[in-house]
Amino acid sequence: MAAAGRRDVPEPPDFGILKRLARDQLIYLLEQLPGKKDLFIEADLMSPLDRIANVSILKQHEVDKLYKVETRPAPSTSDQFCFLVRPRIRTMRYIADIVNADKMSGRSRKYKIIFSPQKFYACEMVLEEEGVFGDVTCDEWSFYLLPLDEDIISMELPEFFRDYFLEGDHRWINPVARALQLLNSLYGPFGRAYGIGRCAKMSYELWRDLEEESEDTDYVTALCSQVVYEGLVDDTFRIKCGSVDFGPDVTSSDKSIKVLLNAQDKVFSQIRNEHFSSVFGFLSQKSRNLQAQYDRRRGMDIKQMKNFVSQELKGLKQEHRLLSLHIGACESIMKKKTKQDFQEMIKTEHSLLEGFDIRESTSFIEEHIDRQVSPIESLRLMCLLSITESGLIPKDYRSLKTQYLQSYGPEHLLTFHNLKRIGLLTEQSAGETLTAMESKVSKLVTDRAAGKITDAFNSLARKSNFRAISKKLGLIPRVDGEYDLKMPRDMAYVFSGAYVPLSCKIIEQVLERRGWLGLEEVVRLLNGNEFAVSDSTVEDNPSWESQRVILAVFLGGCTFSEIAALRFLGKERGCKFIFLTTAITNSARMMEAMIEAKT
Amino acid sequence: MSRARADEEEYWHSSKFRAFTFDDEDDELSQLKESKRAVNSLRDIVDDDDDDLERVSWSGEPVGSISWSIKETASSSTSSLEGRDSSLQKGSSSYVAALPKQVSSYSLSNLFKGRNKLPSFQSLSDALSDTGVKSYAPELRRPKAEYKDYSNDWSPKDTVRRMQRGKVCSLERFRSLQDKLVLLDEAVAGHDGNVITAVLIFLKRTLRREILFRELEVRQVALCHLIHFLKETGEQKMLVDLLRFLDRTEEVALSQYREHLNIQDVEKKREFLKGCIGLPFSAEDTSHIQDHYTLLERQIIIEANDRHLETAGQAEVFRKYPRKASILNMPLVTTLFYSCFYHYTEAEGTFSSPINLKKTFKIPDKQYVLTALAARAKLRAWDDVDALFTTKNWLGYTKKKAPIGFHRVVEVLQRNNAPVQVLQEYVRLVEDVETRLNLATKYKCHDVAIETYRDLKDRIQLTAYKCKVERGSAEEEKINSILNNAQIRWKN
Repeated sequence: MAAAGRRDVPEPPDFGILKRLARDQLIYLLEQLPGKKDLFIEADLMSPLDRIANVSILKQHEVDKLYKVETRPAPSTSDQFCFLVRPRIRTMRYIADIVNADKMSGRSRKYKIIFSPQKFYACEMVLEEEGVFGDVTCDEWSFYLLPLDEDIISMELPEFFRDYFLEGDHRWINPVARALQLLNSLYGPFGRAYGIGRCAKMSYELWRDLEEESEDTDYVTALCSQVVYEGLVDDTFRIKCGSVDFGPDVTSSDKSIKVLLNAQDKVFSQIRNEHFSSVFGFLSQKSRNLQAQYDRRRGMDIKQMKNFVSQELKGLKQEHRLLSLHIGACESIMKKKTKQDFQEMIKTEHSLLEGFDIRESTSFIEEHIDRQVSPIESLRLMCLLSITESGLIPKDYRSLKTQYLQSYGPEHLLTFHNLKRIGLLTEQSAGETLTAMESKVSKLVTDRAAGKITDAFNSLARKSNFRAISKKLGLIPRVDGEYDLKMPRDMAYVFSGAYVPLSCKIIEQVLERRGWLGLEEVVRLLNGNEFAVSDSTVEDNPSWESQRVILAVFLGGCTFSEIAALRFLGKERGCKFIFLTTAITNSARMMEAMIEAKT
Repeated sequence: MSRARADEEEYWHSSKFRAFTFDDEDDELSQLKESKRAVNSLRDIVDDDDDDLERVSWSGEPVGSISWSIKETASSSTSSLEGRDSSLQKGSSSYVAALPKQVSSYSLSNLFKGRNKLPSFQSLSDALSDTGVKSYAPELRRPKAEYKDYSNDWSPKDTVRRMQRGKVCSLERFRSLQDKLVLLDEAVAGHDGNVITAVLIFLKRTLRREILFRELEVRQVALCHLIHFLKETGEQKMLVDLLRFLDRTEEVALSQYREHLNIQDVEKKREFLKGCIGLPFSAEDTSHIQDHYTLLERQIIIEANDRHLETAGQAEVFRKYPRKASILNMPLVTTLFYSCFYHYTEAEGTFSSPINLKKTFKIPDKQYVLTALAARAKLRAWDDVDALFTTKNWLGYTKKKAPIGFHRVVEVLQRNNAPVQVLQEYVRLVEDVETRLNLATKYKCHDVAIETYRDLKDRIQLTAYKCKVERGSAEEEKINSILNNAQIRWKN
């Protein structure tokens, strides 16, 4: 395949059908409760719902009032309540409280719970315990896949990361398998499947005939500051379900605007994958062109003018609007980043990746903490230091932790514990060498026969391996002279030439080698669990080769930087990547998932 | 007044410091500004019909309309809510306070029945499994008797498979320990956490704790699921028992400490934290917990005192800068900032004095100086700032010293609009020449810039600097006199 050289990149399949299916099923479920009803929606289902339906569709199916599921039940006179929720224990208690309060006051209503994407037995247990089991009816809305763009499908399950990687809960593996099955049945069978990671393997086993290229081993990528435009926009403004709220500082007016960011946005689609430094040039070129287009009006006669207004003006206006939004966004990003010592921060990150000036980086992080700059950023930098250095040396660990607790609050003790468990922020053991650690850990394992410890050990091993892996795979490119960010030569451009995301490099290698052959050492360093399966019936089909559509599945989340890197690879290789992820993630989301909140 | 409020607001948001990296003159930013000007100049031509433009980016759909309309209902209902408010809240908080119920009476067979059939594309996955034709109509519940046919025949493996598809399955027939464990192992092998948890709920109900714990100890995946389940349902007692059984003492301590997050009342929280000190934390964490307790204890005292001071209206600083929020539950550094702001001159003996806080919590110099600087600069108490960095040696000479880079000091002072005289004293102390020149130029500390160029013997730059100072000013004179000084051996 590599020898085939560049060909035209194939078109992605049409994922619009996924939206239609989800919408139709929701309508069907709403109709199961005929008559007027109030709809209570879980906060994190609101944005996904917005992408497939709107208020008038809900109204057509007799939804009267809309409420957000929150701590305080809303007063309502409706006879029917419908709850559209994630399968969560605390939501069940919220619903049970409403039902029980109604019972106490002698009010009778009909209640229906629609679980998305599926119901959990534990939820029903809570309903039973609370004494409302027969009073509510339950349904499932199998809304697994939300297409965010022509090449990105999200399961919108950010909790996958914490539930699986921190708590070791396998509850979301079945939904992943079902999602893959759905793709498989709608868009035809997958030709080959490669995967790595324990979770990927389990998902695969749960649904044997699926294809995936999945990866759950790379924390470094998610911890680095993003510098491609889409990633920066996500880091700065938080893209939610493919749309973003640009505030007054961006719109240079007094209102906020919600903007859909996808391939349809003609300006955005040209800069989303670019390194931030190239974006300015592009935008100014674009605005000059626009100016020129408008200037053509001068010297037009009436007829030409009429043509201009009817045919071009609308497009120009649209472009103008988009252009000013993205310029505003750039400005706002620059302002924010300038405040945050962004340049020094990036410098620190690069030193950490390369393993230079560790002392200096450590004291930068320390000062960052002491100045009470963003708690999330401080945490992120500490994690990056830990992973690249195989844990912090005990003295630094104690001192940074103490200062962190003093700056941001003592309850973060719990955050540190979580970070340690998941292996993101650890302390080097006194012996320091891996073998010493190994013997210590294996002793613990025999002491307690504990797989959790084994997991911790795995992650220890994983961190310690960062240098080895990055050397083996060449994740940190050697650069003679300046790395040209405008004409990138490899995927490292997504981190200013400092680092190729591990996941992307592995995908590149596996596709090139059509398997794991020759990557044994890397696989070993990544704790194995690799697999490669090909479906001969599909592979014999010549049309498969010509399709070259590759589904990249990310369990636990993927970043826009990884997406940009693979889009770049796709262009180079003449293939099209489709991204399926449990959620779009970034460093802030990852860190926030580690913080304990009150229950 | 409003200025003070803005200051306060910034303080409570606790992002105290700003930094700079790019100059305004920076190429790229100016490029951006230029583009912006160009685009904005087109606005007049374009801005005639705004709604038309709006529609364009919304890709046909009124994005956000559901969220929007929820906000509407929320705001319209708040007024009518007042009356019911208290009773409802009581109702919702009652379960939080209540002890977890003993799980005993529910039956799993009951639990797993009556699943409404799923329509539409759910059936795609089912199509591959055992059932045949799918209909879009909802499946009616079968009469009770029919369940019996379902319950008895399935092997553990089939039971798990059926449960993975959300099907009706009774677990009651798995009565021997052996059967239960086979079922659990099958569930784990099936990789579906939902089913693993369901089986665990059944085992938890039908097995004595010690036996369940013993069996889970050698089944790590299942164990994780039970722990997570207990955390989510808030069955703290059983969770602690389990962790104790597993000898995970540190986790026991942490999971008990975690409970403080749910305590609103500060007095209760303080008592609770006091109780946490004796828990089996690591030595290091024990001292963090001790500090947490001490901090809250202090805050309670300070809060009571200051509220009194504030209402009495005698202390000037409280009159001039009324407090915007209570200091309770704030981090230590924020507390230190507060104390440097309101209680800077107090003797070490009082609980609210900065020095006392520094000693009690062993706050490192760096952290202390940064915080004190921020607080005093906010009050524009430049003498205090000066004193913060002045040291005397044994001969009585004074010298400026700082545990942080002086560029940081400059940054803080500048953000608080320090006068040039104050600012330039610290700009002068910035060690790195390039940074010093940048700061001096940016903040118009002309003397520093001029002297630095003189020391660098850089005639070209010094000459060029003339355009930055006012014509006929003392600075211009100074430049000229230096340029005319024949004794300097210029490097260019």
